[in-house]
Amino acid sequence: MSPLKSQNSELNSTDATGSKYLDMDLLRFTTAGSVDDGKSTLIGRLFYDSKSIFEDQMEAIEKSSKSSGEEDVNLALLTDGLKAEREQKITIDVAYRYFATPKRKFIIADTPGHTQYTRNMVTGASTADLAVILVDASKGLLTQSRRHAFISSLLRIPHLVVAINKMDLVDYSEDVYNEIVSEFSAFAKKLNVTDVTYIPISALKGDNVVDKSENTEWYKGSTLLHHLENVKVDADENIIDFRFPVQYVIRPNQNFRGFSGRVASGHVRPGDEVKVLPSGLTTKIKDIVTRGENLEVAYPGDSVTLTTEDEIDISRGDMIVRKDNVPTVRNDFEAYVCWMDGKALEPGKQYVLQHNTRRTQVYANDIVYRMNVDTMGREDANKLELNEIGRVKLVSSQPLFFDAYQVNKKTGSFIIIDKATNVTVGAGMMRAGSTVSKDDSTQKSKLKTQHSPNVTWEPWNIPREEREKRNGHKAQVLWLTGISGAGKSTIAKEVEKRLFESGKQTMLLDGDQVRHGLNGDLGFSAADRSENIRRVGHLSRLFFEHGNIVICTFVSPFDSDREAVKALFPEGNFKVVHIICDPKTAQERDPKGLYAKAEKGEISGLTGYDANHEAPENPALTVNTDELSIEEAVEKVLDLIEAKS
Amino acid sequence: MSERKKQSHLKELEDEGIYVMREVAAQFDRPVLLFSGGKDSIVMFHLALKAFHPGKIPFPLMHVDTGHNFPETIEFRDKLVEKYGVELIVGSVQESIDKGDVEEETGPDASRNALQTVTLLDTLKKHQVDAALGGGRRDEEKARAKERFFSHRDVFGQWDPKNQRPELWNLYNGMKKPGENFRVFPISNWTEMDVWQYIAQEEIEIPSLYFAHERKVFDRRGVWLADTDFVNKMDDEEVVTKTVRFRTIGDATCTGAVESTASNMEEIIQEVASARQTERGNRHDDKRSETAMEDRKRQGYF
Repeated sequence: MSPLKSQNSELNSTDATGSKYLDMDLLRFTTAGSVDDGKSTLIGRLFYDSKSIFEDQMEAIEKSSKSSGEEDVNLALLTDGLKAEREQKITIDVAYRYFATPKRKFIIADTPGHTQYTRNMVTGASTADLAVILVDASKGLLTQSRRHAFISSLLRIPHLVVAINKMDLVDYSEDVYNEIVSEFSAFAKKLNVTDVTYIPISALKGDNVVDKSENTEWYKGSTLLHHLENVKVDADENIIDFRFPVQYVIRPNQNFRGFSGRVASGHVRPGDEVKVLPSGLTTKIKDIVTRGENLEVAYPGDSVTLTTEDEIDISRGDMIVRKDNVPTVRNDFEAYVCWMDGKALEPGKQYVLQHNTRRTQVYANDIVYRMNVDTMGREDANKLELNEIGRVKLVSSQPLFFDAYQVNKKTGSFIIIDKATNVTVGAGMMRAGSTVSKDDSTQKSKLKTQHSPNVTWEPWNIPREEREKRNGHKAQVLWLTGISGAGKSTIAKEVEKRLFESGKQTMLLDGDQVRHGLNGDLGFSAADRSENIRRVGHLSRLFFEHGNIVICTFVSPFDSDREAVKALFPEGNFKVVHIICDPKTAQERDPKGLYAKAEKGEISGLTGYDANHEAPENPALTVNTDELSIEEAVEKVLDLIEAKS
Repeated sequence: MSERKKQSHLKELEDEGIYVMREVAAQFDRPVLLFSGGKDSIVMFHLALKAFHPGKIPFPLMHVDTGHNFPETIEFRDKLVEKYGVELIVGSVQESIDKGDVEEETGPDASRNALQTVTLLDTLKKHQVDAALGGGRRDEEKARAKERFFSHRDVFGQWDPKNQRPELWNLYNGMKKPGENFRVFPISNWTEMDVWQYIAQEEIEIPSLYFAHERKVFDRRGVWLADTDFVNKMDDEEVVTKTVRFRTIGDATCTGAVESTASNMEEIIQEVASARQTERGNRHDDKRSETAMEDRKRQGYF
């Protein structure tokens, strides 16, 4: 070989010129697959076909492949970094890989796929915008792929790609592909995932990875790389709820006192009224300082330094939030915890909890249940072993300022550290703060018990079953939740009309209607909102017992309130329908002029503007009114009703 | 509410780097910033300036000087320290040799690269450093791909790649026992291209070695090594004058130059974009064996 020359030629980068790289954004994705699904080969293929492999890397793996007696160049060797992995030919730790195309820069968290390494999968998933789940076409959908999909949904990765690999082994059969797609979509319905894309590929041969394959002419979708380059991730950020965990205080002299940190969510401008937690003191933002010019606005992810109008005591671990949009402040909460250590999580044992920039002592009060990640079943458990995931009640020595993980990953996540070894032993995703019951002993059976145990219902004079028989259909409750302007009322009105026309017994309960009379005494504070929903819940119970198909349309932003209403009905008779749209669309529609008022500052705490809507955890149906026409949305809701009656 | 487009990748990487710097300043008592005079550590220094503005960088720089550095590197380092008024700690490999802590390698391939590890660990210990910020990037080498942002080292300064702490979201666990310390890598997620793009975007000053210049070099097994007093040439190694530049800057004994006419940032970026070799492709120290980097890292290398 001659001395190395750098090449100014066009060999592998006709368009990868310097200036184009500046306009790129960043996509972080994780890859998961079982031992032999060909995950490392796929990454090798992405690198190879997108010309991201360097000459010396290629030489090294060619040499390595040859010395282990393999015929083809083993692309997997590119990613299997550590000695033991190369010897055993498996990936055993999260490895981060980088490549770029003229459109995007990519960071891959390459995570191992076998059972004992769930913790690595969770680690890789924690920072991902997208997950690529590999399925071996020749083996069909295995338990492990289901597990990966479940973990991706638990970690709230907004986009899933199911790469159906080894299509070459099944003669590129469309039937095999369709079978796996339908099996996976049936499963995905049980999960909380909205965006799933299926792509038939062969990582080994290169079909549909970077270049479109001639072997799968029946497939009309895009190649894997094309999808990765184009999937939209801008909308995944929470730009409403301003949360600023204070990292570090900068005080170079008497005249400057700044609070440094990274905006976790929402946005902030000079002049904004803010509240500091835990002190509760309020002030206004003076400047947003950076080493360049001061900023007019800071968005999620921006590392900035804030100064305040008033001199108040703020230190690391505090959180700066908007005055009228505060997170839950509690020292007891529930979370899904993934355990990552050989020594099991034991209730009562003290650990250190790290949440944002705050550390505090914590113990598990109760393990509500353990998730069986393969069957998604709930199991009784009194401890959590390595690689197990469970729903856990925790108590911390200091209050935490948090949001539910599903509305805010940054303020809803924490790690657990062992006090003796200092090792990170657990990762947690917080659930919405409960306002229903603080009594631990009833926590497990909360949903089944009445709040006033001494009051017993008189049996109804005419049982519901009799009324249902006469009506010719079952009674049920549909709860439409979503921000103002999402389209709840429009859909509900049309659905009710259609039901009525087909001879169904039905009733529509709408937010404005009940607020005129029954709930005329209530305002819009969090407590009044909860009371409003509680009363509506009982009202719909009465209509339900009367044999109606009850349709309720309420913004109902709090998960805990909806859960409380759900508990009033026999299982399966109460269904949550989540009506969603881009907040911008809602603001344009603004059917009640509320956003305009909020914009002018006439009202505050408007859900979807400066207050949060907690998305339901497992809605029976999610309707995106950006994507569906009214007619299509109505059909979907009617289908859901039909399935029951 | 305003329109919001996803920010550029450089902005995101910068924000992440600054966040990690501040975590280090907040979580540790005696951190240092490892400074080699190379482009990665210069970018780190720039991030630190941003992270603590308008305050000063709240930790010293630490340079492990092999004694075989290019004079341009040392000159650049001293100017920077003077300009920004930061404290500099120098650990000297020559001193470690003089004290008998390490033994100089002999033969034509003799390098002080491996000896640095001992000097580094001694200097960290002497100054009771509990966190050393390094400019290591995961894209550099396969063993580094598995490195954490906060990388725990035991009391012997060693890395246990099989038993790393899980690292989730942006929650970095810097808890440790007395005597243990951390290596922290704020630019873990940057690639070589990102570093160059950032230097261009921010107009950061870098040593002249990175730009094309005439230099006396000789060919050793496919790598152009600079002809310096530190390298023992063999009889058949002929010194020629070439127009070269360096893609990485390390010890003069093992850092190869590439033939290049790239004399400004734009041309360097063009060159990096079309390069067919990784930047460590001309590092002799990685070529010793397939797992050279992993083996050195276990022992406490950067």
